[in-house]
Amino acid sequence: MINRRHRRTALAAGIALASVVSLAACSSGASNTGSTSGGGATGKDPAKFTVLTANENPALATELKNLAAGKCKAENSALPLVDQTVAQADVVQKITLLASQNALPVQFIAGTSMVRPDGDLGKNGLVLNYETALKKLGVWDDILPAAASTVNSVYGQMVSLPYQYNIEGIWYNKAIFDKLGLSEPTTFDQLMSDAAKIKDAGYTPFATDGADAWPVTRLIGMYIFRSLGPDAMKDIQSGKAKLTDAKYVKAAQEVQDMAKNGYFGSGFVSTNAAQANNLFLTGKAAMMYDGSWLLSNINDKSQDVIGADNVGLMPFPAVSGGAGSIDQWPANAGAAMAMTPKSYGPKVAAWLKCIAQNYGSQALQDSGIVSGFKINTPVKNIDAPTKMVQQKVSGIKQTVLWFEALMDAKSTALAQSNVSLLTTGQMSAQTYMSQLQSSIEANK
Amino acid sequence: MKRVFGDRKTIAILLGPTLIVYVLLKLVPVCWSLGLSFFTGNTLSGFTFIGFANFVKFVGDPAAVQSLIVSIVFAVLATVGQIVLGYLLALLYVFVLRKGSAFVRTAVFFPMVLPTVAVALLFRNFVSVGANQGPINDIINFFGGKSVEFLASTIGTMGVALAMTLWSSMGFYAVLLYTGLLDIPDEIIESARLDGANGPRLVRHIVLPLSMPILLSSVIFSLNSTLKVFDSLLALNNGGPGTSTSPLTLYMYRTAFDYGDYGYGSTIALVLTLLCLAFTLTVFRSSSRKADA
Repeated sequence: MINRRHRRTALAAGIALASVVSLAACSSGASNTGSTSGGGATGKDPAKFTVLTANENPALATELKNLAAGKCKAENSALPLVDQTVAQADVVQKITLLASQNALPVQFIAGTSMVRPDGDLGKNGLVLNYETALKKLGVWDDILPAAASTVNSVYGQMVSLPYQYNIEGIWYNKAIFDKLGLSEPTTFDQLMSDAAKIKDAGYTPFATDGADAWPVTRLIGMYIFRSLGPDAMKDIQSGKAKLTDAKYVKAAQEVQDMAKNGYFGSGFVSTNAAQANNLFLTGKAAMMYDGSWLLSNINDKSQDVIGADNVGLMPFPAVSGGAGSIDQWPANAGAAMAMTPKSYGPKVAAWLKCIAQNYGSQALQDSGIVSGFKINTPVKNIDAPTKMVQQKVSGIKQTVLWFEALMDAKSTALAQSNVSLLTTGQMSAQTYMSQLQSSIEANK
Repeated sequence: MKRVFGDRKTIAILLGPTLIVYVLLKLVPVCWSLGLSFFTGNTLSGFTFIGFANFVKFVGDPAAVQSLIVSIVFAVLATVGQIVLGYLLALLYVFVLRKGSAFVRTAVFFPMVLPTVAVALLFRNFVSVGANQGPINDIINFFGGKSVEFLASTIGTMGVALAMTLWSSMGFYAVLLYTGLLDIPDEIIESARLDGANGPRLVRHIVLPLSMPILLSSVIFSLNSTLKVFDSLLALNNGGPGTSTSPLTLYMYRTAFDYGDYGYGSTIALVLTLLCLAFTLTVFRSSSRKADA
């Protein structure tokens, strides 16, 4: 009896000790502040050039492999490229874990808020400042200024390479527009009356990937930028304005009305990206809000039934009496692709230089990807839709971000998960915006 | 034999490895998580001790309270469904199909072996609308109704989730309860029949009381597994529309891993554990009271 009691006490003490030790172990992780992020080859070269990309974006890994086999062969034999992938939804979790174990790949995809100066990676000095690094390497000119400014405005610092440079707008089917006698609408009211005509003619006005929600929240954001001007979302972040202000609520209301009028088609809440693309590219839907990454689908003849010549791209129209203008295109530079200063050695620097000099033409040549790198080798036989996007990009004077760009992870998730309630009328525009506003305030 | 088990060294050798694995893999993480609920932060940003702030936050967090309600509602409805359907099936096996029940038993049990995510995708397609409309809406259209987007509403999603859970798990509870019913001695049933008890009365006064122990274990099994529902609601509609069908487990996962707050995530996990404990104790308590009466 005594023995048993004694043993039980020992066991309890053991468990208590184990948990205390493990707690102590994890709290010591706090002192993990690294060196200052900065230029030149400050870190130590790892054995491999590991790059972690998103499953959802296989083109990036392919293009890097092409570089390794071609233009960057010397860099690759000095430091071989190894590609790793992660599901976009697991990025934050995986990077948090790897960073805390000091096991970050050389270059990696990261969550938007993580790499900002006040983010988990940013404040621990775990992200390399590309501007300083590329300037030291003498290749800063290979980054297009528009792309650099987009990266800076999203992440607050130059901590991502613009492997993509996307603009977003409304893709439309020229044949359907011609048939119904419509031209590119320049105001939101025109867009709505066109949508009504398209619906009456038996087409879905907007093919909408409601399952991913962001194509719908983008519309709210664009309406806000057009009616309140390009700084409208910055004002929310700085506290100068609130999402519950009448003009912001109006944007959510307009999108709710679009859904109510059936402009997104039946069953859009559970329609996924592939289904929405299919609706548009087979001519069942007349329009679709999406980014220029849709080019890879448009240029793929097996997917694009309506023909590349039939595809047009127009900017989100102006809102009458609004402070924004129709020529302010929303732009982004893809998901954050950061490097860590710890593994930024001379061989990694050589890789970085080679990527900056050659990625632009390589990606454009192989897959028609418009990136934020300069095209240093002339590219021939560009598909017509890609050329059209390039022309639009070159004419852009001012860009805007997207609705959730400056929000924290939790508010972003809330904005996107609640939008299905908003569009199905289960939540009012006022409630949608006020829930979002309180989330933004709570997570500041 | 007695000598072998009387020897303390033998006990240590036989029990030691399992005990160590159990402590390392089960007790340490549980205690660790318990400790974490008094901290905020994650492995990267570091942990700060904040006392009971996470618990205070939980009470005032509408999203947490909503998830708690979703968990409880789902658990209660799913448990009632699982046990009632399972029990009816078991009665069917024992009293109607008798010896020939093997095939039906297997067929009804079969969905249990399918992965939940596959079942969820299957049901997603069943109820889908739009370009690739599923059979459910085809049937509704056939009878002149308009297509319904089940996954766009809270009630619709919950209904589909429940149907899915019941379809895939009622076979398991049927088999579990069936074994319980087999244990009832034939003589008792025979004598009850002779005394004039038939059909519902036989079930109500003889079968039900005699199968009470296994019924209670089934209720506890069912409550504990449905309170911890995660994969089916995630795969079906991602806890949506909005967060209206997101249970505590999903909220815990998102808090800890998507929003990087391991501390608050642990607090939610602790609440879930307490909830399971409370439900289990309530069921036990009510059963022991019945036994006393």
